[in-house]
Amino acid sequence: MSMISVRDLRKTFPIKRHRSGMKGSIASLFRPEYEGEFAAVKGISFEVARGEIVGYIGPNGAGKSTTIKMLTGILVPTSGDATVAGLVPWEKRKQLAQKIGVVFGQRTQLWWDLALIESLELLKHLYRVPEARFQENLATATELLGLGDFLQTPVRQLSLGQRMRGDLAASLLHDPEILYLDEPTIGLDIVAKAAIRDFLQTLNRERQTTVLLTTHDLDDIEQLCARIMVIDHGEVMFDGELNALKSRWGGRRQLIVDFASDPDADIGSISNGALEVTQIDGPRVTIAFDRDAISAPDVLGRAGAFGEVRDMSLQEPEIEDVIRRMYEGSVPIRT
Amino acid sequence: MRMYYELAKRSFQQQFAYRAATLAGLFTNSVFGVLLSSVYLALFWDQPANASVGGFTAAQTVTYTWIGQALIMPVIFWGWFLITNTIRDGTVVMDMLKPMDFFLYWYSRDLGRGAAQIITRAIPTLTIGSILFDLVWPESWQRWAAFLISVPFAITVSFCLRFMFNLWGFWMLDHRGISSLIIVMTGVFSGHLLPVSWYPPWAQNLINVLPFRSMLMTPVELWLGQVSIAQGLGMQVFWSLVMIGCCYVLLHYAERKVVVQGG
Repeated sequence: MSMISVRDLRKTFPIKRHRSGMKGSIASLFRPEYEGEFAAVKGISFEVARGEIVGYIGPNGAGKSTTIKMLTGILVPTSGDATVAGLVPWEKRKQLAQKIGVVFGQRTQLWWDLALIESLELLKHLYRVPEARFQENLATATELLGLGDFLQTPVRQLSLGQRMRGDLAASLLHDPEILYLDEPTIGLDIVAKAAIRDFLQTLNRERQTTVLLTTHDLDDIEQLCARIMVIDHGEVMFDGELNALKSRWGGRRQLIVDFASDPDADIGSISNGALEVTQIDGPRVTIAFDRDAISAPDVLGRAGAFGEVRDMSLQEPEIEDVIRRMYEGSVPIRT
Repeated sequence: MRMYYELAKRSFQQQFAYRAATLAGLFTNSVFGVLLSSVYLALFWDQPANASVGGFTAAQTVTYTWIGQALIMPVIFWGWFLITNTIRDGTVVMDMLKPMDFFLYWYSRDLGRGAAQIITRAIPTLTIGSILFDLVWPESWQRWAAFLISVPFAITVSFCLRFMFNLWGFWMLDHRGISSLIIVMTGVFSGHLLPVSWYPPWAQNLINVLPFRSMLMTPVELWLGQVSIAQGLGMQVFWSLVMIGCCYVLLHYAERKVVVQGG
């Protein structure tokens, strides 16, 4: 059963014309003029099954937040359908609220002047979590996220990493079926990032919690998400496995060959459609090649004709490069 | 209902986080209390002891002054932009994603806040006033009770007003214009600036059909015995219900605005 199901979801915003001067401002207030519309999300479709962790990525302004807002029910789409945990979000927002957890990395749902535990207990009442369940969830979160040191500390005195861990715990007290995370590791140090990733993996494994994660942190994606969706200009550019994304887009692996001495100068002539000599640095030669067109031993064999090979190493494409190339290319691809 | 009680309780606790601010505020209220009382006493100088202006004797005017100072923080007569701020920084989205009633969420928080301010600001201010000046006290226990009951209603009417001009932030990014207008109106119409009975008759007629006087003038009149208990509290209950209704209507449109056009 799909936990999230989205079909042809579309959202357009009218663009208001800004009129100048005092008179213009007043006129705009009473009778705004519009000059066309802006499509933030242009008819996207996808399914997310229970227990999946999906990385939802794209540049700023791509339509990520707009999609998440529609899936939580605080934004009504211009057209299209969606169900989340069996509910149409914008028709049953408050009912859905009981089934989802939301963390926005830049905002907090904790009370600034109160100890962390006070905010958590408040949320217990808000979501009507039974006491036993609350204690159990609190104990798990305390253990995995290391909250014990600062449960009694006022939130305003917490470091960003501590606050973020507190927020994550807060979003999970009511056992949500779906967790929306908007840049949960932004601005955190490596230790805090690792704690949060471990926690999410444990949660997903033990409770089958479905996670939709937006992030600019590509390590988050590499470590957490088996599946990623890339969105840009309001369209889904890619939806599939991380490896598929790499081979399809980054595509090129790099073979770095160290010769015993400088190779023949015309080594560059082996470049063809499948491989390319991208750098010659004394005895070290870098060759980029397409994994579908030619195998690594073949590349090595061809390079070997130009000198005695002493060492070599193979580099997989970096996901940063992959994503950058996608944004630059901006051609939608579906799998 | 439990969750709204818990909200109020935490909001109550929250108010005790800033002791220095409380003491500074108490000092300010007392200075203004002394200042205004002295001005009014000067106006009554040379007059016979039972002379009154607009139904207020000198002692009653001084009492009015101190009640006004005492209720500044519990009731709030001006600037309060907590909800507007959450609209601006986007936190309002988090609040809308909770299984709760948005109005009751803020209302219970405000009642908790007001209750704390009665303890930290209203009672100390009145105590200081009663030490420095001869205040008039309610003449019966019924009057005492009526005054005490009238304060939560004063907070309610004030809260509804603040709630509504805060929701304005959903339409207008800049709230300062409408805020300063409301602040001036509140100061004049609630009777915080001057007792309402000192205004010209046409202004009194206008003020008497507006909700603002429930925020201060009615509690003062209940204390001083200038209005019957039934009429005073009746007006406050009436205005509280009307204002809460207005809040929900506005909230309905505000939510629709958000969900259709985005925050």
